[in-house]
Amino acid sequence: MTDQPAIQVEDLHKRFGTVEVLKGVSLTARPGDVVAVIGGSGSGKSTMLRCINLLETPSAGRISIKGEAYEMRSVRGEMEPANRKQVQRIRAHLGMVFQSFNLWPHRTVLGNVTEVPIHVLGVKRAEAEARAIAVLERVGLGDKRDAWPAQLSGGQQQRCAIARVLAVEPTAMLFDEPTSALDPELVNEVLSVIRDLASEKRTMILVTHEMAFARDVATHVIFLRDGRIEEEGPPEQIFGAPRSPHLQQFIRSVA
Amino acid sequence: MLDGIDFSLLALDSPGWGGALLEGFLVSIQLAAGGYLLGLAIGICGAVAKLYGGRVTRDLAEIYTIVIRAVPELVLMLLFYYVGTDLANRAMQAMGYSGFDIDGLTAGILVIGLVQGGYATEVIRGAIRAVPHGQIEAAQAFGMAPLKVLRRVTLPAATPHAIPGMANLWMIATKDTALLAVIGFSELTLVTRQAASATRAYFLFFLAAGALYLLLTLVSNLGLRLFEKRARRGLAEVR
Ligand SMILES: Nc1ncnc2c1ncn2[C@@H]1O[C@H](COP(=O)(O)OP(=O)(O)OP(=O)(O)O)[C@@H](O)[C@H]1O
Ligand SMILES: [Mg+2]
Repeated sequence: MTDQPAIQVEDLHKRFGTVEVLKGVSLTARPGDVVAVIGGSGSGKSTMLRCINLLETPSAGRISIKGEAYEMRSVRGEMEPANRKQVQRIRAHLGMVFQSFNLWPHRTVLGNVTEVPIHVLGVKRAEAEARAIAVLERVGLGDKRDAWPAQLSGGQQQRCAIARVLAVEPTAMLFDEPTSALDPELVNEVLSVIRDLASEKRTMILVTHEMAFARDVATHVIFLRDGRIEEEGPPEQIFGAPRSPHLQQFIRSVA
Repeated sequence: MLDGIDFSLLALDSPGWGGALLEGFLVSIQLAAGGYLLGLAIGICGAVAKLYGGRVTRDLAEIYTIVIRAVPELVLMLLFYYVGTDLANRAMQAMGYSGFDIDGLTAGILVIGLVQGGYATEVIRGAIRAVPHGQIEAAQAFGMAPLKVLRRVTLPAATPHAIPGMANLWMIATKDTALLAVIGFSELTLVTRQAASATRAYFLFFLAAGALYLLLTLVSNLGLRLFEKRARRGLAEVR
């Protein structure tokens, strides 16, 4: 049981209307893995990530979290989740960090971090707050707990979003280009928090355009192109000795 | 100009009409507040139906708002009042309750609430659509159940956007109560008319009624401003 994958995606397909955006993607993240997903714009990185917590409904394929597969059913030829409660239960421990932070503006920093533990997981307020304060310290926001999101810089907002995920003690963390919306001088403060988490052997899937960072923290790199995994492997191989011409070109273009 | 006005007519006790006026005012406030809250509840349901409902619920909500906004309020009120109470009474009789009569205040609140609900639906729908979708998606991504997302994220985040429109509706609700005078509700306007014609002191009583409506508006404005400030916490400072 212990080496059961945290996340397993098997032959994932996703269509939007008639356009197939994912054409059979498989990946496995074991506990402690940091899977970096790279690829050009429109290659399907976000869609793949969003299928993992069912923000997008797969058209075909199988996704399991800690060995538990989402129960799906087919209605008029379209897949849909068969068990909403199961989806909610699994989602509660798959923390997602969005490109645009998506903090809740009507709650303070502390309120954002305690929201899910208290109102989804049923943790007692005092306990949730104590834990929230601890994770806020971790991301360097210990002194901002009573601030409103709108009073924070982009980097601080994203660190708050990461704290919000840490507070649910996630099975795995899903990052969708967490630094793409940030001013260049704010990127590093967020990357260094993610780097810390990676070094703690937290399981994560990280969609990113930061190649140097991916090379540095990833245990496994996936290069998506046009809805397929064109090449994958350890970071030294993907960045040091890419085989596919498209990957070679992609790495040159972003370097 | 105020010469010859007999202010003693406003005395609280008979033969003064002050007490009756205040009672009418109280009825007006109850009608307005009840109707407004009902309208708010209908508005939330209507907005949710329009935004997230299936085809049938969406169409029903659409028809409701179109009718409410197209037909003059007085006509709607007469319609709801007479047709509504008639239907309610017949339904009660059919179920074996005889001699049942829906009480006036409840009927008035229902009538105002149904009209308010049509406008509130549009105000709240617009406010919900102004909430960035990512905020709602974040709640869903954390496994929050749909109703909880609505209660804890969507509606609170929409509130600042809804306040100007809903404040307007409150003002309209207070004044719509006057239309109920036509149906015979002893609210402020009707009592004022009775007092005025009984004493011939038209100027005095309509002035007094106007002052009471104004007072209500001023006090509500104050309350609304406090509420708005609270709802906009977190938005106000930066930007
Ligand atoms: N809801 C949607 N409806 C229709 N098409 C969509 C939808 N979401 C994504 N797509 C399409 O699917 C393809 C993959 O999109 P996706 O967002 O997954 O790409 P990406 O690799 O994350 O790109 P980027 O680096 O720009 O974020 C794109 O062509 C996009 O236009
Ligand atoms: Mg993307």
